[in-house]
Amino acid sequence: MKKLSARRRHPLAALVVLLLALACTGGLYAVFAPADKAQADETAQSLTIEEGKKLYTVGCASCHGTGGQGTSDGPSLVGVGAAAVDFQVGTGRMPAHTSQAAQIPDKRTIYSQAEIDQLAAYIASLGAGPAIPTEEQYSPEGADIAKGGELFRNNCAQCHNFTGKGGALTHGKYAPSLEDVDPKHIYEAMLTGPQNMPSFPDSTMSEQNKKDIIAYLGEVNSDKSESPGGMELGGLGPVSEGLFGWIFGLGGLIAVAVWVAARTAKAKKS
Amino acid sequence: MSSQDNPEKNLPTAQDTTHGAVDVADEKHPFADPGLPPHEHRIQDIDERAAKRSERTVALLFTLSMLATIGFIASFVAIPVEKMVYIFPLGRISALNFALGVTLGIALFAIGAGAVHWARTLMSDEELTDERHPIEAPPEVRTKVMDDFRQGAKESQLGRRKLIRNTMFGALTLVPLSGVVLLRDLGPLPEDKLRHTAWSRGKLLINQNTNEPMRPSDIVVGSLTFAKPEGLDEHDHGFNNEIAKAALMIVRIQPDDIKDKRTLEWSHEGILAYSKICTHVGCPISLYEQQTHHVLCPCHQSTFDLSDGAKVIFGPAGHPLPQLRIGVNDEGYLEALADFDEPVGPAFWERG
Repeated sequence: MKKLSARRRHPLAALVVLLLALACTGGLYAVFAPADKAQADETAQSLTIEEGKKLYTVGCASCHGTGGQGTSDGPSLVGVGAAAVDFQVGTGRMPAHTSQAAQIPDKRTIYSQAEIDQLAAYIASLGAGPAIPTEEQYSPEGADIAKGGELFRNNCAQCHNFTGKGGALTHGKYAPSLEDVDPKHIYEAMLTGPQNMPSFPDSTMSEQNKKDIIAYLGEVNSDKSESPGGMELGGLGPVSEGLFGWIFGLGGLIAVAVWVAARTAKAKKS
Repeated sequence: MSSQDNPEKNLPTAQDTTHGAVDVADEKHPFADPGLPPHEHRIQDIDERAAKRSERTVALLFTLSMLATIGFIASFVAIPVEKMVYIFPLGRISALNFALGVTLGIALFAIGAGAVHWARTLMSDEELTDERHPIEAPPEVRTKVMDDFRQGAKESQLGRRKLIRNTMFGALTLVPLSGVVLLRDLGPLPEDKLRHTAWSRGKLLINQNTNEPMRPSDIVVGSLTFAKPEGLDEHDHGFNNEIAKAALMIVRIQPDDIKDKRTLEWSHEGILAYSKICTHVGCPISLYEQQTHHVLCPCHQSTFDLSDGAKVIFGPAGHPLPQLRIGVNDEGYLEALADFDEPVGPAFWERG
C-alpha cells in the first residue's frame, strides 16, 4: 500500500485512475444492462448492413448492379453468402481491375476486415448463402491429416497439385498455389467455389472433411512444412526433377569435360 | 605380337616414321598429310618438383575421398532420421539426407577428379597410332578350324549315329517351347471386361468423401463430387481394378444450360454423372471448370464439354466421356439406371 501511495503524484497516475474507472464503468454496464442486448445486436446488425450497403454502392455496384442483381460485367450476388464476400474481398480478388481477364488474380486487400464484414453482412441480407466459417471450423485442431491427404488427392489435387502448388487450366485460367493461404479462405473457397473452381458444399464434403484437408495443407504447404529431400522444384514430381537432372546434371558434366579438355597440360602453351 | 596375329601381308608394305602418313601431295591425296605434330612435354615431364606437386594433389584428392566416405558412414550412424535442418536455398530438409548426399558426392567426385588429374599430369601422354588391319583370319587358320570341326564331328560319330543326332535336334527344338508356354500367363484375353464396369441398374451412387449415398438436394449447381458404386469398399481386394473403370464424377448444371438432349435425359434434374477416365489414354480427369462446364485432362489437355454430352472440344481424345444414366430410387437416393452404354477409358482395337 505504501508503495502505491508513494506513487500517487506520478505523472501517469491520473491516466491509470481514469482507465480503471472507465473499465469499472464499462464492466458494470455490461453486467447490469443485458436486457437490451438482443435489441442492441439487432440494431448493430442493421447498422452493419447499412454501412455495408454504403461500401457496396461505392465499390461494387458498378459491376454487380445497385441491388446486387448483377450486370453484364459481374454476376449476381444474391444468395452467394457472406463466405463468398469474405473470400473474394479478403484475398483482394475483388474489387477486380477488369471483368475481361481470363481469371481475377489475388492481390493486396484494400478493405479492412471490419469493412469486409459489413459488406458480407449486406450481401448476406440479399439472400441466404453460406456464412463465414468460425475459427473452430477451420482450425487444424482435431483433424485427421492422413485422411485430409486422401481427400485432397481425390478432390483437389487434379487442379491444385498434390501438395497445393497450383497448376494450369484452359485458356489462361489456372488453379492458384495454396501456399500460406489463410485457412479461413481455403474453407470459404471450398464452400463457395470462386470463379471456375467447383464448390464442395457441406452436403457432399462434410465440415470434418474440410478441416482434415486444411490440416493436410498446413502440414505439406506452409512455412512450417518440411521437405526431407529439399529443392522441391515446384512439387511436380518426376517431370521437373528429370528436366533438372538432364539440363543441370548432364549439362554440368559436359561443362566440366569441356573445361578439362580445353586446358592443355603442356609446358609450352600454344 | 606373334606373326600369326598380324601376318605380314596385312601390314602396310612400307612403314615409315610418320606412321603411314602421306607427306607428299599427289593426285589421290591433294593435301599433304602433315602426320602427328612433334611431341611436347608437360611441366611434370621436365620438372620433378612439379611432378611431386601433382602427385601430392592426386593423393590429397584420394585422401579427401576416403575422409568423405568415413563421413558418410559416421553421418549414417550419428544423425537421427527425423532430424530436420534449414539449409539455404534448399529449405527445411532432412539432415541425414543432406549429409549422406554431400559426403557421398565428395567421395565420388574426389576419386574422379584425382584420376583425371593423375592422367593429365603424370601418366604417359605419348601419342600413338594403331594401324587398322582386316579382321579376317588367315587361310591356314580357317582351314585348320574347318578340319578340326570335321574331325570332331567324325570322332563324336554324329554322322553315323543318326538316332542320337535326330533326338538331339528334337530336344534342342523343343526346349524353347517351355519359354513360349510361359507366355500364356500374359493372358487370358480380357473378354468383355473392358466393356463393363461395376455399375449396374439400381446401384446407389456412394460419395467417396463420406461413404454415404447421396440425395439430389446434396448436389448443388457448380459443385463437383466423386462417387463409387454401392458395395465397393476401398479395402476390397480388387478395389483398384474396379474403381479404375467405375470412377465417376458428378456435377450439376442448370438444366437450361445443358445443350445436348440425351445428356439432359440421362441426368437427374441437371445432375450429370460422367466417367472420370479420359478416353485418350485413361488418365483420371476431373479438372472441372464450373463456369464453362469444361473438363480438362492434365495429361494431354483433352477438353470435354460436360454440358454437351462431354464432346471433345480440344485435344487428342477420340471419344466423348461416357455418361452414366442416373435416377432416384424410392428412398430418394441417387442410383444408376444402367451400366455405361459404351466402354470407358481409352479406345482399344476391338472397341468399334
